[in-house]
Amino acid sequence: MHVCVIVLVKIMSEKCDECKLFMSGHTACAGCPEAIAINNIMKAAGKNTIVVNVTGCAEIISSQYPITSWGVNYIHVAFENAGAVASGVEAALKKLDIKANVIALAGDGGTFDIGLQSLSGMVDRGHNVLYICLDNECYSNTGVQRSSATPYAAWTTTTPTGKKSVGNATFKKPIVEMMVAQGIKYAATSSIAYPKDIQSKVKKALSIKGPKFLLIHCPCPIAWRFDVSKTIEMAKLAVETGMWVMYEVENGKMSINMQPTGKKVDEYLKPQGRFKHLSDKEITIIQKKVDEDWKYKESKL
Amino acid sequence: MQRKQYKEIINKLYDRQKSDLMKKIMEGSHAIAEAVKLCEPQVIASYPITPQTHIMEKLSEMVANGELDAEFLNVESEHSAMSACIGAQATGVRTFTASASQGLALMHEMLFIASGMRLPIVMAVANRSLSAPLNIWCDWSDAMAERDSGWLQFYCESVQEAFDTVIMAYKIAENNNVLLPAMICIDGFFLSHVYEPVDISFKKFLQPYIKKINLDKPITQGAWSGPDYYQDFKKQQQDAMEQSKKVIAEVNEKFSKIYGRKYGNGLIEVTNPGKKYAIISMGSVCGTIKNFLEKNDDFTLIRIKSFRPFPFEELKILSDFESIGVLEKDISLGNSGALFTEIKSLTSVPTSNFVGGLGGRDITLNDIQKIVDTVKKKDESFHWV
Repeated sequence: MHVCVIVLVKIMSEKCDECKLFMSGHTACAGCPEAIAINNIMKAAGKNTIVVNVTGCAEIISSQYPITSWGVNYIHVAFENAGAVASGVEAALKKLDIKANVIALAGDGGTFDIGLQSLSGMVDRGHNVLYICLDNECYSNTGVQRSSATPYAAWTTTTPTGKKSVGNATFKKPIVEMMVAQGIKYAATSSIAYPKDIQSKVKKALSIKGPKFLLIHCPCPIAWRFDVSKTIEMAKLAVETGMWVMYEVENGKMSINMQPTGKKVDEYLKPQGRFKHLSDKEITIIQKKVDEDWKYKESKL
Repeated sequence: MQRKQYKEIINKLYDRQKSDLMKKIMEGSHAIAEAVKLCEPQVIASYPITPQTHIMEKLSEMVANGELDAEFLNVESEHSAMSACIGAQATGVRTFTASASQGLALMHEMLFIASGMRLPIVMAVANRSLSAPLNIWCDWSDAMAERDSGWLQFYCESVQEAFDTVIMAYKIAENNNVLLPAMICIDGFFLSHVYEPVDISFKKFLQPYIKKINLDKPITQGAWSGPDYYQDFKKQQQDAMEQSKKVIAEVNEKFSKIYGRKYGNGLIEVTNPGKKYAIISMGSVCGTIKNFLEKNDDFTLIRIKSFRPFPFEELKILSDFESIGVLEKDISLGNSGALFTEIKSLTSVPTSNFVGGLGGRDITLNDIQKIVDTVKKKDESFHWV
């Protein structure tokens, strides 16, 4: 029989009940932001949750046969279909009359790029799913390739710097605005530097019926080339310099949750190896874009 | 004529009439939808592609008017159709989808995952050619390209068989010794759009599907594995394929007891046995060959119903023939027909390959005559029909 198809969860002797939902012992790198994000997501979501996870770092670190870090029902299928798989799960739950949260968990590659169609279909059909994108702004799992979440001028292994290249030539895709344009009831951003913010947004999102979208900023020390002890610091700097905007859009109405402290973008860019090649020219372009984005967002308030 | 004989004939006629009364003139696609309805899937994922669309249209009607209590998902691609079925089946319900051609090709990645996760999803495939050039008509290129995906593949000859095979497919796929997804292959247009008399009456055959996910006893599905375990998963799938042969034969037998209809031993069907020559084929073209046999019965027709698992045991009978011809609607470019390569690996009897009907080209009685004539010459070469 197919005994090794399904892995039974061995509940480890953790102290708190919530800690059992995403257990220690996973194989994340030192300083991994995704493990922090998932921990907080699961603390807020609780045990009556089914996680649909796409292929990527989060999956690789947590579900190598025959062990699992998941203390909730967990389904991994492929890279580009979190939205569709979660749709199927949600439809089945309705028929089985099971009340549970469905959380789709994907990276930026699986959301901004290859999984965009599947996500859009899920939102379009109105499935009761919270879709969470852990955004580390590149394909970390395959070795730091460029995604459409990669910021302007960032070095990646497929946007190398050189005589004719300053790194990534384009700005980040406005995924939250795309979701809002589709009429999603709740879309928000958060950051691993603010665990309480993640938890409160997950709880709020799960209280709303229908499709929801949450984008969590996850600075990856391996991909972004900074010291593994600085993950939280980097995530904070992103918010403080205005590079990462913490906001929510509920029923089309925007609110900004955190204001930048007035720090300039170079404080965030300079400690990162992926930006070490930047000249003042690029930094000025980035600062200008950040200022414009803020103006635009404030005009929407 | 004696009174007793007379009575027997009358009774026979009466029985036949009674069974005919149960029949309805119905399009192949609609007959499949009727069969699916009887199997009560709870989640159906749908994406249109010719010539499969009528199946999904009919099912959506059934859901809309309350005949069938299912979640009907109008997904945004075939890739998502299979993904949604995987998600739903993994959560614990019976599912259904249908596809063809480019759509099946787009599903390719998900097919391997469905079988690797051991989810008994059932799908109808209205066989159609693959582009380029774009062509909507029948051949088996689409399903043949998925022969290694770990799905059971059943090819049907008639609308009635398509109806019956849907019901049998669920029973086989969901068997605990199998747990593999199943593909019901019907020739696009030749079966999907043709009207035939078909008996769609319900008889109790399937058990309810009970695999409900448990929130208090969570499981991880779709775990990844390194070189230490991956091959063992594949071995288990291969073992399940092997075990499925017995299950297919049993289900075919059980089905014939309940429904009174039978298709060979479930894996192959032999017509006009005991001749020197054999023609091997699949699908609706076997109807044409049977028609031909009515006047020229000097060869045996072996119809492969189950292409996956491949019926190696049953085909040991091939050594009894002097020569064999394999007629098929697909080609493995750079080699020969896919069915031919399987047959050739089994026997040293002179075997010739006939590839035809590609992109919907008709295979006529004249073509069958030419094929039979060539086979009688103990030919061993490749021919276009």
